[in-house]
Amino acid sequence: MKQTAKAADILKLRQESPPDPEAKIPVTRIEPSSGWVSLHLHELWEYRDLLYFFVWRDIKVRYKQTVMGVAWAIIQPFFTMVIFSLFFGRLAKVPSDGLPYPIFSFAALVPWTFFANALTQASNSLVNSANMIKKIYFPRLLVPTATVFAGLVDFVLAFIVLLGMMLYYGYMPTANVIWLPLFLFMALATSLGVGLWLSAMNVQFRDVRYVVPFLAQAWLFATPIAYSSSMLSEPWRTVYGINPMVGVVDGFRWALLGTDTAPGPVVFVSFAVAMLLLISGMFYFRRMEKNFADVV
Amino acid sequence: MSETAIRVEHLGKQYHIGAIQQSHDRLGEQLVELAAAPLRRARKLLQGQATGAAELDETIWALRDVSFEIQRGEVVGIIGRNGAGKSTLLKILSRITEPTEGYAEIYGRVGSLLEVGTGFHPELTGRENIFLNGAILGMKRGEIESKFDEIVQFAEIEKFIDTPVKHYSSGMYVRLAFSVAAHLEPEILLVDEVLAVGDVAFQRKCLGKMENVASQGRTVLFVSHNMGLVQTLCTHGIFLDGGTVVKEGAIGDTIDTYLGTLENLSLQDLSQRTDRRGKGQVKLVGVNVFSNGDSTVTTLASGRPARFEFLLSDLPTGMSDVHIYFVVYDQQGQSITHFRSITHGPEDLRDATVGPQVICEIPELLLRPGRYRINVGIRANGELQDHVDAAAFFNVEEGHVRGRPVPRDSWPGRVSLPHRWILPMSK
Repeated sequence: MKQTAKAADILKLRQESPPDPEAKIPVTRIEPSSGWVSLHLHELWEYRDLLYFFVWRDIKVRYKQTVMGVAWAIIQPFFTMVIFSLFFGRLAKVPSDGLPYPIFSFAALVPWTFFANALTQASNSLVNSANMIKKIYFPRLLVPTATVFAGLVDFVLAFIVLLGMMLYYGYMPTANVIWLPLFLFMALATSLGVGLWLSAMNVQFRDVRYVVPFLAQAWLFATPIAYSSSMLSEPWRTVYGINPMVGVVDGFRWALLGTDTAPGPVVFVSFAVAMLLLISGMFYFRRMEKNFADVV
Repeated sequence: MSETAIRVEHLGKQYHIGAIQQSHDRLGEQLVELAAAPLRRARKLLQGQATGAAELDETIWALRDVSFEIQRGEVVGIIGRNGAGKSTLLKILSRITEPTEGYAEIYGRVGSLLEVGTGFHPELTGRENIFLNGAILGMKRGEIESKFDEIVQFAEIEKFIDTPVKHYSSGMYVRLAFSVAAHLEPEILLVDEVLAVGDVAFQRKCLGKMENVASQGRTVLFVSHNMGLVQTLCTHGIFLDGGTVVKEGAIGDTIDTYLGTLENLSLQDLSQRTDRRGKGQVKLVGVNVFSNGDSTVTTLASGRPARFEFLLSDLPTGMSDVHIYFVVYDQQGQSITHFRSITHGPEDLRDATVGPQVICEIPELLLRPGRYRINVGIRANGELQDHVDAAAFFNVEEGHVRGRPVPRDSWPGRVSLPHRWILPMSK
């Protein structure tokens, strides 16, 4: 009885509030686009709720039905650190800027793991959402973006472990730590930028799926994670910054452990390249977007 | 207050289908082609041409020069045969895919339902999926929160709201998915044939909800094959055929035109028809419907025998396993039953004397009086060879099923089964 009353109330409410004729009716024009199209950032803002739910879903689902659960976020970089310490630190005696090798490599592995996972998952994100893309409209940019953002949770967990290790080895972050968000943003921009390029290509060319693991591995060695970028001398070190992850890793070590790896021209070069990747990725993505539903 | 809700002008959509295969007879040529193809594709990719990994050179127009206008508050049914462009039109209007030419203008917030439960994640609970699915359909978070209880109640799944949906029965899953969709309240609603899900009681409930929506002055575009449903729900109709608008107007007239066109199709020589699907190695060239074995009586009646003869084009050598299926529809487009030769019965036989034809004998036709049509398909070598919509029409006259009269009347249902009654003695 109570329920019936409630339903009636709702119906009444709806009838009493007809669409306000004075209210501005949104007009959508649907027409063929060609060439490079605008980014429609305002539309992304309108769909922010959906972005939130996509991120939330990815976080919720990521470690479902795994035994170790969210611990994977830590296990992955931690064991890489152990292996690196054994082989590069102990055996190969790679110089580590005067720091204990484990913390030297882990400070780099935390942003790196975030980047590598974000890159891999973003590249496959559109293909994995093929079913949704064929059935409903929403700004497609949300899909890879959400995957990258969801990775931040893993990053935070690994970062807490990093702080614990710093405590253990007796390192206090320097005042430079206020710059850390900038370096994180660079990692985010790079992974999203490359993720946008690759995910859009992956829709039409599944070759991307095979390229990504190889790319991630090659990129790992091209980034000063197991070794220090101080092994290079200027001007080559600045040129090295073309790999934006060089700036990120150097920045993390500098901000947290006080190495003298930054801020130098390297960071500026890396920042510029990261932004270039992000912006070009967005434009390329938008250009390819119109065909996603037809070819995915 | 006649205001435009949707205006469509010269809309067209071209699809790339299948590659034109160049034949390479020699191994050397094949290897060269194998090596050259990636380079050619890479060049296309860099030029920003989205042709996909396959080289798709052949194109078809799924929609061409479509123009119409829909006023606010109209409930419009889009009807037409398979491949007429209905779904393409809906996909363009809901912005899933872009038109190739022309434009459409939509005045108001659009919600589209091409599928229920889009984006449902099996690992998430019912509660979580309501929020996720609602957001995907375009609802704001606050909107979902305020309708949450109503959605759960409508779906009748209160007890399982915190269970992951992968543990739901398919009925529960569909009810939840539909319930979220039914609470979508945009100014313009685009609906594909999603109502054909769930149990009957729930379907009825959803239909009630749909009619409710229509009576609230919302504009609805509804694609369906079910003429009965379209007739009850819609005020206007658009009949698409071959990607163009054939008829637009009051729903009754539009449906009549559509049914008339179907009838005209069946008058055409079957072998000349081009509106067919399948590989085409073997084709249907004729359908004959008789009531008796020696093919002299052409009128069918309830309870009488019926004989369907399907004439095939000559069978290519090496073709094995030729199977026929046909689906019987009533005038409303509701499917009644189907027949498939791939499922064998003890009385089936092979006969060398019939030539290239497949015969289906029905000893007792249990259809009630009325007009029916059949869609026919041929499968061979594990592939669809040919499929023709409305390949034939036939009338069923009044008759008797096991001695019981089957009159022409307005009682619901299309079949009459043999049965007997046991009644109490009258005092």
